[in-house]
Amino acid sequence: MKKCFVLVLLVMLLNAVSSGAAPSAVILATTTSTQDSGLLDVLIPAFEKESGYQVKTISVGSGQAMKMGEKGEADVLLVHSPDAEKKFMADGFGTGRRLVMHNDFVIVGPASDPAKIKESVSAVEALKRIAASGSLFASRGDNSGTHAKEKTLWKGAGINPEREKWYQQTGLGMGQTLNVAAEKKGYALTDRATFLALKKNLGMTILAEGDSRLLNIYHVIEINPVKWPKVNARGGRAFADFMVSGKCQEAIGRFGISTYGAPLFFPDAGRNPASLGL
Amino acid sequence: MDLIIDGILTALQLIASFDGEVAAVTLLSLKVSCSATFVSLVLGIPSGTLLALANFPGRRFIISMVNTGMGLPPVVVGLFVTIFLWRNGPLGFLEILYTPSAMILAQAVIATPIVTGITIASIQSLPANLKLQVLALGATRFQLVWILVREARLPLLAAVMAGFGGVISEVGASLMVGGNIKGQTRVLTTATVMETGKGNFDVAIALSLILLILAFGVNYLLTVIQQRERPR
Repeated sequence: MKKCFVLVLLVMLLNAVSSGAAPSAVILATTTSTQDSGLLDVLIPAFEKESGYQVKTISVGSGQAMKMGEKGEADVLLVHSPDAEKKFMADGFGTGRRLVMHNDFVIVGPASDPAKIKESVSAVEALKRIAASGSLFASRGDNSGTHAKEKTLWKGAGINPEREKWYQQTGLGMGQTLNVAAEKKGYALTDRATFLALKKNLGMTILAEGDSRLLNIYHVIEINPVKWPKVNARGGRAFADFMVSGKCQEAIGRFGISTYGAPLFFPDAGRNPASLGL
Repeated sequence: MDLIIDGILTALQLIASFDGEVAAVTLLSLKVSCSATFVSLVLGIPSGTLLALANFPGRRFIISMVNTGMGLPPVVVGLFVTIFLWRNGPLGFLEILYTPSAMILAQAVIATPIVTGITIASIQSLPANLKLQVLALGATRFQLVWILVREARLPLLAAVMAGFGGVISEVGASLMVGGNIKGQTRVLTTATVMETGKGNFDVAIALSLILLILAFGVNYLLTVIQQRERPR
């Protein structure tokens, strides 16, 4: 009995080891929003079926995703932090950067809206009102694309919230940050997709939206194999090509309609970034 | 309160309907943690026995290190194992980052000090005369070790339970070295974190319940073996 048990364990171990790395694996470093909204659960299986590659999705903030790219620990990135991406490309870490899709950021908060941001005409004004009323604001605080956008907006408002008591940095993903904000009846900046996907449990509403500064744009970046020879450049290329292909773009546009009544992302492949107001 | 009831109902549904994805996640949890526990036993019992019986300079220092290692934070292990396994890292040639093998490695690092520490305590708690008596009967060194380990087998089962309990429940290391990849490295704990992030609290509660049932099942089995023969 004991021997049998040990044997079973041994077989399990060998099994686990032998099912290790496949040479055709592609490491995709991406943001939490693409995973938490469920979009990747639709796109990845389609890509794997079509290309034969196996995708290893590591869902982290855009900042960490780009760091992984810089170190050659990812083959392709799907990120939404345009300013940091431009620097990433300028530094030669990526070989190609293509527009994939967009949606928008929204400022959400409790329906009672203690800071009265609903009356504000712009996102910057909304933040000013939050600061003036000292209402709690939950920030990602993790160098993600959302956090980067938030910092730009605070800068635009001329406010440095870092040391304020009402400004709380969670250091967590979008979903968990929204949970914190909901629990503490505070405000938060979020991408629309994650918010819609989580809305049922949050008891929060969208209070500021539609400002052109709230645009949330996703690019796919292939990692430069010259710096890191171990990068699977072909696999990264295949994934990037897939993301901008007609089939994938159509799937992006359709995603979420049946569940939320509205699409969560808008496909943009091949469009001129300027047409989005970039 | 509704949420908790919903969670329990979802759990029962998921178990009753034998949901394929949940079954795969559960199996992988079991596979990874059992393998890691096995590795930790292979490493921990001999080294623990050695540390308990041998006498050499620096022994106390090593035992203190082992005892500290019993409380090694999984995220710290996860961070270091990740850095070592990066494809441009020192162990990158293995190409096992983001695979179950990497998770087994990280969990074995967590469990080995636990098993070693409990082994040291178990062997040392045997009556001191036993060692003298066995030696007096003319046992070789190997025979002595074998008899002592056999005598300590009941407390050693506690080492198995503690090691397994430590790794099946940890999330920090699994998340970092495994990446929570669907169908590949998603285990019960990392899936629970993800579902919480997605706001699917009912599924998260369901996964937690399955994890608890699993941990209970394994420990029950080990306890039955342990208690079948009560120590004299």
